[in-house]
Amino acid sequence: MSIPHVLLALLAEGPKYGLQLREEFEAGTGEVWPLNVGQVYKTLGRLERDGLAESDGTGQDGPQKRFRITPRGEEALAAWLRTPPDLTSPPRDELVMKVLVAARVPGTDAHEVIQAHRMYLVELMQQWTRLKEGEARDDLGLALVVDAELFRLDAVTRWLDAADTRLKRAAAEPSRPARVPAPVPQLRRLGARR
Amino acid sequence: MSVLQLRGVSKTYGQEPATVHALAGVDLSVQAGEMVAVMGPSGSGKSTLLTIAGSLEEPTSGEVLVCGMALAGMPQGRKARLRRRVIGYVFQDFNLLPGLTAAENAALPLELDGVAVPKARAAGLAALEALGVADRAGRFPDQLSGGERQRVAIARAVVGDRRLLLADEPSGALDSVNADEVMRLLHEACQRGVAAVVVTHDAQLAAWADRVVFLRDGRVSGQTTRPPGPESLLTPGEFR
Repeated sequence: MSIPHVLLALLAEGPKYGLQLREEFEAGTGEVWPLNVGQVYKTLGRLERDGLAESDGTGQDGPQKRFRITPRGEEALAAWLRTPPDLTSPPRDELVMKVLVAARVPGTDAHEVIQAHRMYLVELMQQWTRLKEGEARDDLGLALVVDAELFRLDAVTRWLDAADTRLKRAAAEPSRPARVPAPVPQLRRLGARR
Repeated sequence: MSVLQLRGVSKTYGQEPATVHALAGVDLSVQAGEMVAVMGPSGSGKSTLLTIAGSLEEPTSGEVLVCGMALAGMPQGRKARLRRRVIGYVFQDFNLLPGLTAAENAALPLELDGVAVPKARAAGLAALEALGVADRAGRFPDQLSGGERQRVAIARAVVGDRRLLLADEPSGALDSVNADEVMRLLHEACQRGVAAVVVTHDAQLAAWADRVVFLRDGRVSGQTTRPPGPESLLTPGEFR
């Protein structure tokens, strides 16, 4: 998650003070992710060191120092916005692990395990939906964040449904003869992200 | 009082050895102002549950009560009146009559119930207005967008102060923005006191409900409890 670039984006609107940046960040993201003010100043220091931002040079660190974006900073921001994050390697996902394991542990009903997780996810989505209809109706930043979370959780429930079906079909199929393993595809050699 | 009650409802089709157990011992109770979503895979019995709740089909065993009235043994004429006055249906494919305007479609259940045409049309227009499509009153279904057609279908389902709404994949054919809007409209109807049962495979839509019931192989396999307030989601934490 790139705080430096988000701060650059706020500076692109005009020169700002450190505390102001923190307030605007939190207000713009529906206050879902509180930002530590020390982290803001540390990041601003790095941006200044890298020539992406500059201060009005009162010589003192602190709340009186105003920062502005530099032309190099504007280029870096534009490049960051247009560069897709690297999504090639699947992250280690605890829920995926649980389902894979549940399918193998003797005496465990994998479908019951899936149902328990499905119910938890839907309950969470109910809470997010209430937030969407409450505070988020008048707060664009919060609405975008809530939508992102709802779509993310929804994707997980869809995977659980697909996993449920696959496991049911696999259990119903007669056992297949062992296959000669195919060469490991390149994708798997990239390894999982932590 | 519950608006809808299912007690030990079972439904089987066919005969041994090819019997299909569509529902097995289902209990469900829905209060006024409550939205209950029913989720489950294909073949879990969701649509059968809805047709039985809506008196369109009879259970093999068990009881169904609508506003405290048992459907078993109810004369067909009374059942038909119940369907016109008390129960509203919303289907995935809208089911609007192509030869009638939006206003005429919305007013249809009341006219069929013998309400005088001017009064029925006024109620239909009021329902369209509540759903934000009064300006489409004079259009025919093929002149409306998918989202508009579904709003007219919901208007028709709530016209005349129905008590119970039964919806089967009500947002099925719509994009996510319109689908959300449909659920918001159903939710608003519940806030006005209507009881609703919404069948859906979509967790984002089910999440609008007060309670989500899961069906599997014709049985209730679980249900979510009424969630706490959304403030519990926003606990203080560091942004890394």
